[in-house]
Amino acid sequence: MYNASDLRKGLRLKIEGDPYIITEFNFVKPGKGQALYRCKLKNMINGSQFERTFRSVDSFDEADLQEKKMQFLYMEEGKYCFMDNNTYEQVFLTADQVGDAANFLLENLEAEILFFEDRALGISIPNFVDMVVKEAEPWAKGDSVTGNNKPVILETGYKINVPAFVEEGDKIRVDTRTGEYLTRVKE
Amino acid sequence: MTAAVWKLAGKKASLRRRQAIVAAIRDFFYARDFLEVETPNRIPAPAPEVYVDPFSSGTWFLHPSPEVCMKRLLAAGYERLFQICKCYREGERGRRHLPEFTLLEWYRAGEDYTALMADCENLIADTAQRLALGRCFVYQGQVIDLEPPWERITVDEAFRRYTGMTAEDVLAADRFEEILVEEVEPHLGFGRPTFLCDYPLPLASLARRKNDDSRVAERFELYVCGMELANGFSELTDPAEQRRRFQEAIAERNRLGKVPSPMPESFLDDLSRMKEAAGIALGLDRLVMVLTDAAMIDQVVAFTPEML
Repeated sequence: MYNASDLRKGLRLKIEGDPYIITEFNFVKPGKGQALYRCKLKNMINGSQFERTFRSVDSFDEADLQEKKMQFLYMEEGKYCFMDNNTYEQVFLTADQVGDAANFLLENLEAEILFFEDRALGISIPNFVDMVVKEAEPWAKGDSVTGNNKPVILETGYKINVPAFVEEGDKIRVDTRTGEYLTRVKE
Repeated sequence: MTAAVWKLAGKKASLRRRQAIVAAIRDFFYARDFLEVETPNRIPAPAPEVYVDPFSSGTWFLHPSPEVCMKRLLAAGYERLFQICKCYREGERGRRHLPEFTLLEWYRAGEDYTALMADCENLIADTAQRLALGRCFVYQGQVIDLEPPWERITVDEAFRRYTGMTAEDVLAADRFEEILVEEVEPHLGFGRPTFLCDYPLPLASLARRKNDDSRVAERFELYVCGMELANGFSELTDPAEQRRRFQEAIAERNRLGKVPSPMPESFLDDLSRMKEAAGIALGLDRLVMVLTDAAMIDQVVAFTPEML
């Protein structure tokens, strides 16, 4: 249970059965009266938002959220399958829930899956992932002079700009937060 | 340099202006023959209030306001007193709240709350003058004209005008604060400051009942641009009624499961000797916000709790 005094930006609550995250928070207190806690809340399942003012006597249920390390197995018909390596339990996430992380989901990649009660809600993947370049135009004379980047396609099908010297079959490190090339990885 | 050091370094101009404001306030009161006092910050029993939570300090408390000791000085015959001090209220943190903040509190023996309203008009106009802001200035995009008299509106009038409900109705529905904050305050103190006067008796624990309307107390709050700046009242000097109101507050605190508040016995003893008086607490940090066009209280103090 949380009290009103625990409310702050980022806190996750369970309201009417759904998990919510506080996206904006302000404390107001008129004169010597009761404190009021103005919150903007976002539903963590469907993304809907609303504003509500709570009072100091209100109490709240914690949203039972857990992160579990799981391995990406495969994608089928728009669903992404992950497995817990200890229990062999499998869950599916939709493309919406996976979001941009889909660009970096290599087979066997270990990801953190966010659960609300027993329901998978979302995913966070490592900040850096090493991936193989599947398709690239061959390096041509003059490229190094212009110094331009070129687009290549990675093993997941993700299109990314890399320096001209990167060739097909190279392994590169990608920052999954920005989606950008970091460096070539030598094995 | 670290981010915290940059943050502190960036506050130099703001802290200079704060110093100028404090100097102007002191000069204002010195010129009017007020005595500046320093009363203890750590006390055995603050005035019990349902919604003000003092920090414990051993078996005593850090004072949430200097009123208890200042009124004991009044009872001992002091006539005009002021104090600028740190006050402490647990759980109060927001854009306009710090759990440790600075109050300017002053008292006038033999006067009522109307004298304090006049003090506010003169004090803030003088201080703005000293900062070369002139009579009109801008706070957060809103023009404020300090030419007296400022607007005076009763709580009842304000609720009727801005919500269509009476203060008694919303009080009975236990929605007073909520409606005040959401629907009334956003209209107060625009164009010129507003005194919101004559609070329903249950909301004025230490204030005197108004002679011509016993349902309200002679308490007011000063607003500038929707922000509450000060809370003043004609002091209740009847120790029996004061004890009864404290007992109610203590019982309500217990009912809500809050830290129990002891009865301030030595204050009640002295209250029987206190003459008619009026006193007011003004949030100094908020006055600095208004006079320096700061949106958040964080901008007018060197340190916030989060930086410690």
